[in-house]
This record gives sequence, structure tokens and C-alpha cells, in this order.
Amino acid sequence: MARATAPARKALTTAIAGTLAFVMFFPILWIVVLSFKSEVDAIRAPLQVLSSGWTLDSYGAVQERSDYFKHFWNSVIISLGSTFLGLLVAIPAAWAMAFVPGKQTRNVLMWMLSTKMLPPVGVLVPIYLLFINFGLLDTRIGLVVVLMLINLPIIIWMLYTYFREIPGEILEAARMDGASLREEVLYVLTPMALPGIASTILLNVILAWNEAFWTLNLTASRAAPLTAFIASYSSPEGLFYAKLSAASVMAIAPILIMGWFSQKQLVRGLTFGAVK
Amino acid sequence: MGRITLNNVGKSFGAVEVIPPLDLTIEDGEFVVFVGPSGCGKSTLLRLIAGLEDVSGGQIRIDGADATGLPPARRGLAMVFQSYALYPHMSVRKNIAFPLRMAGMDKAEQDRRVAEAARVLNLTDYLDRRPGQLSGGQRQRVAIGRAIVREPAAFLFDEPLSNLDAALRVGMRLEISELHERLKTTMVYVTHDQVEAMTMADKIVVLNAGRIEQVGSPLDLYRRPRNVFVAGFIGSPRMNLITGPEAARHGAHTIGIRPEHIRVSDDETCIWKGEVGVSEHLGSDTYFHIHMAGRDEPLTVRAGGDVDLYHGDTICLKPDEAHIHRFDEKGHRIE
Repeated sequence: MARATAPARKALTTAIAGTLAFVMFFPILWIVVLSFKSEVDAIRAPLQVLSSGWTLDSYGAVQERSDYFKHFWNSVIISLGSTFLGLLVAIPAAWAMAFVPGKQTRNVLMWMLSTKMLPPVGVLVPIYLLFINFGLLDTRIGLVVVLMLINLPIIIWMLYTYFREIPGEILEAARMDGASLREEVLYVLTPMALPGIASTILLNVILAWNEAFWTLNLTASRAAPLTAFIASYSSPEGLFYAKLSAASVMAIAPILIMGWFSQKQLVRGLTFGAVK
Repeated sequence: MGRITLNNVGKSFGAVEVIPPLDLTIEDGEFVVFVGPSGCGKSTLLRLIAGLEDVSGGQIRIDGADATGLPPARRGLAMVFQSYALYPHMSVRKNIAFPLRMAGMDKAEQDRRVAEAARVLNLTDYLDRRPGQLSGGQRQRVAIGRAIVREPAAFLFDEPLSNLDAALRVGMRLEISELHERLKTTMVYVTHDQVEAMTMADKIVVLNAGRIEQVGSPLDLYRRPRNVFVAGFIGSPRMNLITGPEAARHGAHTIGIRPEHIRVSDDETCIWKGEVGVSEHLGSDTYFHIHMAGRDEPLTVRAGGDVDLYHGDTICLKPDEAHIHRFDEKGHRIE
């Protein structure tokens, strides 16, 4: 018998969930509100902030002071580039681990994931020195490579989970039908895993888009993505709440919109394997 | 052509020997069934022939040429899997054409072969559907279609009917047999269902723990099982195997008698006497499970449909002496 849920109880849990969601969303909402205020109004008490007048001045000022679109394109190139480069490495890796598992496969997976447990600052100096030596500082290609490496364990792990759901017999059938390894991956495995690959791409684009540690430390101006664009407004010159908020809204809007339209795919990606 | 010979072919996974070295010849055009209980190595043997597993030793020859090291696609064999293994993202047409496309065949010839296969398998109306929109039987036909378009030297079937319901299974069994009649191509068929083996095979290979117990025609195996394992495995219901004094009376360690070779007699001159346990009335036949003194397992007896005996009745049995199989302590047949 299904568990009976009293209407009152249902209303209560809905209210609690709604409150929690609001609390979590509030900082973003507040940033949006502040971005439409003048600098003077933005630092007032919350109620006064709400009752003060609305303005687009901050957006104008931000666009005037720094080139939004340059940063935007840097973000797009870095996040998409690192994700697709990652896929090129991860699809064969995940294929091998899912369909030709060896005794050490699980250990290799754990080892790869364990690299995510290392605090990035621990390898900042060596990577920084490598960047200097190879002339990669403040270049987009340098960031593409670093972010690809940072997210690679997650890409491989996600794809591995998806691939394991694909029956091995289908790949064997392809092999019997004369498909080479490349054809097997291209015509059979990839199309079948497309939903999984799509979720993986989405999640990794978001991770790369929001990545701030490496992008801030390894860029100056030319390759600086939107994270650096935001950071430039929490400056030593003083606190510019309204402009900082406007910059933040401009930085997160694209990824928020993308996330909104691909919600279903994302949720499926994150819960895959749990309910099949 | 499709003559397959295995010379000393064996398979081990690590230290575990799944198939001890064995020899087997499958003649061109033959319908050979590998049968045995779960885990007997029959599927592994098929996969060795297919090239999906590497042999640990020995040689596989197809039409005289050494195929041991060849990748699956270059052996000229086609395989039908238990799970159908269709490509879910492709239409039926594309599924069937896939091996032709991989072979780089020109489009017109692909279309011709796909149309022909679809006609033979009654799939013409379903060519533009996806596998997910088909029933189990139709899916299996698509899998067979994908195999026949290649015009292979031999077909390999890995328990192709075990995912189908009973009624469909009988139908597909006939279809595969008819296909063999028409194509005259070598077929190697793996099943754990001895009824499938008996009804379809030209030659049955009975496997147990990776070893070949007996190779022969279905009736050969039925009439002259070489050992106790084959005697017990082939035939449904199972052959009754009896040890002890009754066997000793026949000069054997074990004797076997099939359910249809025991007569129910109503006179008092019965040779074996027992009490009726469960009786299965099938209409045409009745199977009685008879409990006899000194025997743990009930004795199965096949009688006509009109024998009216029920649970608890005492029954008189007469074994047909001419059909008693005798086996020694090692389980080998005594002639």
C-alpha cells in the first residue's frame, strides 16, 4: 500500500522545500536586484534598497569600463574547447574501462577521481612554472588544456557510468558485422550513449564556465574569461556593489539560460544509474 | 561453404579451465546444436568459433583455412544473439543493412539484399520502424535478417529463443528450421533446451563442464546415450536412472529406462510396484510420478491419456526389458 500523505503534511513539506529553495536562490536574486540600483542605493539597508529607484547605469558603466564580449568569448572558447578536448580523450578511455575491464580498472578509476581530492593550490606553482616555460600564460589554449585536465576525471567517470549501461552484446554484434573499432565507437556506441554524452557536455561546460581558481591565476587580460571580468570589480579602488552585481549577472546569465533549457538532460545526467 | 573444424581448441580464463582441449568437426550445411546445462561452456565454445573470445590453445579452421587469429568479421560468420543485440538508434532497414554498409557494398545492392531478407522474414512492413517498436519475435527476425544478408559461411545462434514466450518459441523454432532447409547454410546453435536440440539438429553436441560428452544425431543420442549424463539430459521427461539391486540384477551399476518404456499393467504379475504421487494429465498422455520403496526419487512413467489412476493408488509397472540402458560405475554405457 502506498504511504498515505495527509494534505496538511504535504502542504508543510512543500512550504519547507519552497523556503529552502528561496534561501538558496536568494543571493542570486539579490545580485540581480542590486545590479539595477545606483552605487549609493546598493549599500543601503535591504528595505531601503528595495524601495529605491531602478536604473541601468551599472550595466552601462561595466560595458564602458571593460569589454564584456571579449571575456564572454574567452569563456565560451575555454569551456567548450576544454569539454570537447576532454571528450576526445574520455570516450576511448571510458570505452576501454567499460567494455574491456581489467583487474585494475576500478583502481584506475578511483585513482583518477582521487586527483580531484587534491587542493588545486597544491599544484599551482608547478603548473604556473610550466605555463611560463611553454609560453602559455594568459593564452586560451593554455586554459583549455588545464581545464580539460581538471575536469577529465569527471568526464571519464560519467561516460564510464553511461557506457556500462550499454549491453556489450550490441558492440559484439557490431564487431561481427564487420565494424572496425573506430566504426564501432562512431556508429554504434556514441549514438547509443548520446543522451549521456550530452549530459556530460552540459555539466562540464558549466564546470569550466564557473571555474575561477585557474582562470584567475593563469590569465591577465588577453585570455581572461568572465570569472576574471567579475573579479575585476571587487577591486582595491573601493567597493562597487552595483557594478559588481551587474558584472556578475552578465557573467552568469548565459550559463543560467543554457542550464534552464537543458534542465531535464542535466538532472538525468546527475541521477543516471540511480534509477536507470 | 561452411565447414568448421576445431583441433585441440581449449579456453581458460586465468587459472580456470573452462573448456579443456577438444576436437570437433562441423560439416558444410549441417545444423549442429550445442546443448548442455547452464555453465557447461557451450556459449563460450560458440564465441571461440565466432572470434569474440580468443582461444587459449588449438586451432580453428573454417573451410580449411586457419581462422584462429582472425578478427570476428573476417571469419565470414554471422551471429544471432540471445538479447537480439539490435542497434536501437537505427531503423530495421539500417540494422539489416549495417553489415553491408560496413563491407562498403554499393547502395543499390544493399537495398536489394535488405528487401530480399525482409521479404523472406515478413519484415517488409516494418523496415522503417525502430527495434523498440517491435515485438520480441519481430526483433529476433530482424537479428536473423541482419545475419542472412551477409550470406555467411555459417550462422551462429546463441540461445536465440530464450527471451521469447513459449508459443512464439515454437513458431520461431520452425522458422529457423525452414530457413536452414532453404539456405542449406551451416548453422551452429546453442541452447540449454533439449527439446530445441532434438527438434532442430542434424547433429547434437552434448557438453558438460566444457567437455564433449557425445556427438550424434538426435535419435542416436536418444536411443544410445554413451553415458549416464547424456542419458539423463536428452529426453523429456528425463530418463529414470536406477541404481542398487535392480541395476545389479541387470549386471550394471546404473540402469536407465525412459518413461515411455514402462508399461502400467493391471494384472498382479507386476515387476515393479509403487504408489502414485503427482500425476500430470496432458490429455493425450499422462505422466505419473511413482514412489517406490527404497527409492528417493520418484519414477516417471508415461501412460496413455485414458489411464485413470490418482494420487495414492497402488500401481503395477512392467519395464520394457529391450529398452533398458545399462551403465558401469564410471557411468559409461555397457553394450
